[in-house]
Amino acid sequence: MERTIYREIKATKAVWELAVILLGFIAAALGAFFYVEHHGHIVTGMTNQIVWGLPHVFAIFLIVAASGALNVASVASVFDQKIYKPMARLSALLAMALLIGGLAILVLDLGRPDRIIVAATTYNFNSIFAWNLILYTGFLAIVGAYLFVQMSIGIPYSVVRKVGFVAFIWRLALTTGTGSIFGWLVARPGYDAAIMAPLFIAMSFAFGLATFILVTATLCRLSGRVFGGKLIRRLGQLLAVFAAAVLYFSAIRHLTNLYTAEHAGFERFMLIDGGIITTLFWLGQVVIGGIIPILVIFHPSFGKTPAAPVVASALVVLGGLAHVYVIVIGGQAYPMELFPGYEVSSSFGDGQIANYRPSLPEVFLGLGGVAIALFATGLGAKILRILPTSLSDANVGQKP
Amino acid sequence: MNIPRAKGAELSRRDFLRSGAAVATTTLAPGVTLIAFGGSAAEAGTDAGKRWGLLIDANKCDADCSACVTACSDENGWKGTGNPETDAQWIRKVTLKNTTTGRETSLPVMCQHCEEPPCVDVCPTGASFKREDGIVLVDKHTCIGCRYCMMACPFKARSFVHEPTTNQKSHAPRGQGTVESCTLCVHRVDQGGTPACVEACAATGHGAIIFGNLKDPDSDISKQLAGYSSTALRPDLDLNPGVRYTNL
Repeated sequence: MERTIYREIKATKAVWELAVILLGFIAAALGAFFYVEHHGHIVTGMTNQIVWGLPHVFAIFLIVAASGALNVASVASVFDQKIYKPMARLSALLAMALLIGGLAILVLDLGRPDRIIVAATTYNFNSIFAWNLILYTGFLAIVGAYLFVQMSIGIPYSVVRKVGFVAFIWRLALTTGTGSIFGWLVARPGYDAAIMAPLFIAMSFAFGLATFILVTATLCRLSGRVFGGKLIRRLGQLLAVFAAAVLYFSAIRHLTNLYTAEHAGFERFMLIDGGIITTLFWLGQVVIGGIIPILVIFHPSFGKTPAAPVVASALVVLGGLAHVYVIVIGGQAYPMELFPGYEVSSSFGDGQIANYRPSLPEVFLGLGGVAIALFATGLGAKILRILPTSLSDANVGQKP
Repeated sequence: MNIPRAKGAELSRRDFLRSGAAVATTTLAPGVTLIAFGGSAAEAGTDAGKRWGLLIDANKCDADCSACVTACSDENGWKGTGNPETDAQWIRKVTLKNTTTGRETSLPVMCQHCEEPPCVDVCPTGASFKREDGIVLVDKHTCIGCRYCMMACPFKARSFVHEPTTNQKSHAPRGQGTVESCTLCVHRVDQGGTPACVEACAATGHGAIIFGNLKDPDSDISKQLAGYSSTALRPDLDLNPGVRYTNL
C-alpha cells in the first residue's frame, strides 16, 4: 500500500467550465433573491397555507445531506475503517459546503433577510429553530477544526480521532434538531411525531453518502484521478443499506399513522389521493429513491460495475428531493383539523387541500444553494490538499 | 417613555428638541412604539392581574354577517387584494357543517391568544411574545419572516405580509416580509376600550362576541363562562386559549 498523497486539483478547462456554470446558477439565485426581496413573496408560489416552499425543500435536503456527508470521515476516524481515511478530508469539506449552501437558501428566503443580525444575536432558547442555529454554527466550527487537525502535520492521530468523535456526536444532534423542526409541531397531522428525528438521521446517511459518491466521482474524473472500483462499490453497498433504512423508518411512520383513525385522512392524502404528493411519495421517494437504487447496487451484473453506485447515488438524490418535498409541502397542504367532526369552509382555505405551484425564483434560489455547496467544495479541493492523488483500490483497498 | 418636562425659562434648545421628538413619537405613533418595543415597553403597560379574552356564541353569529371581519380590517389596515391565498386575514368567518346531523354553524376565528402559545415557543428570535395580560403579539422589529410560527399555530391565525403595504395605521404597523395576526386591538384595550370586532358585532345587534378579563370573576365574560358550557378550539392540545366558544 502506497502512502496517501493529497494534492490540489488543477485548473483545467473542464474545471473552469464547471466553475462558470456553477457561478451562473449562483448569480441566478442572487437575482431571484433581489426580485423576491423587492416585490415580496407574492411573486413566489408560497402562500399563507404553504408557508415553506421549494427553497426550503432544497435547503433541508442540503442540511440533511451535510451531516450525512461527514459519515465517511466518521467511519474512518471514529470506527477506524482505514479504507475510508483517504476520503475523510473531502468528506469534512463537503459536509461544511453543503451546510453553507442550505443555510444560504434559508437566509435568502427570509421575509426580512436584512435582519440576519437579529437572528444571530437574539435567541429564544425555547425554540428548536434557535437551537438549530447553534447546532449549525457549531457544526461548521467543529468540522472546520476536524479538517484542520486532519490536514496539519505533526498532530497525532489520537487527536484526530477525538475531534472526529465530537463531530460525529454533533452531527447526530444536528440532524435530530432538523428532524425535530417538524417532529415538534404539535398542530399538524403530518408532523408531530418523534420518529421524525431518527427518520431524518437515516435520510442524512443516505442523502449525504449519495452526494459524497457523486461529488467524489466528479472530482476524480475532472482531475484525472482514479476512484477505485472496489472502493466505490463498497460505498455503494453502504448506500443501499442506508436507503433501506430510510424505507424502513418511512414505513414505520406511515404504519403508525394508519393504525390510528385520527390520522386516516392524512394517510389517505399521502398514500392514495394526494395527486402530485402521492406520486412523489410512491414514484419519487419509494421507487426512485429507495427500491431501484437497492436493486441497482445488488444487481448480479450491473451491480459489479463502478457505474452502479454512481447511478444509485443519483437516484437516491432525486428520490431524496422528492422525499423532502413530500414531507415539507405535503405536511402543509393537508388541512389542520380545527373542528373534528365538521366539514369546514372559509375564505382562508380551512378544510381545503392547499395548492402549491413553485415559481421560477424559488427554483433558482434552491438550485443556487446547491451551486454554492458544489462551488465551495470545488474551490476547497482546488486550493487545499483535500483530494488524494489516487483513490485506487491498490492504494486504499488493503489494511496495513 | 419619559417626556422631559418643560421648565419655563430653563428650557434649553436641546431640551426643547428632545421633548418635541418625544411628543411627536407618542402622539403620532403610539402603536408603533407600543408594538415596536415589544417585550419591554409594551409589557410595562400590561397588568399581570388581568387575562384578556373573548367568548364567541356560535348561536348568535349570523352566517351572512361579516361585520367583525370588516371592522378588524378597517381598524388595523389590512385588506384583501383579491388573492385569498396570500392576503392577510387576521380574522375570518368559518362555516361548520356537522357531518352527522347536517347542522350548519358560522363563527369567527382569529388568534386564540393561548396561555401556552406554540408560536411563541418556536419563534427563534422571540419576536412572537405574550404579554403579561395574555395578549399574543409579534414584535415587528425582531420578526425575521421565517414563518415557523405559522407552521406551529394550530389555528391558522397568522398571515405573512406577501406584498408592500400601504396606508398603514399608526397603531397597527405592518411590514412586508413579517408575520402578523390579531392583536386583540391592543391599542384600544390599553386605553380601556374593547376590540373593534366586539364593538362591530354588538352594533349589528347580534352581540355574539363578549370581551373581558378572564381573571375577574365579576366580569361579564367570566360570569358567562361560569354559567354556560363552552369550549376551546383544539382542547386536546391543552394550550388554554383566551378565546372561547359556546353553542358550537
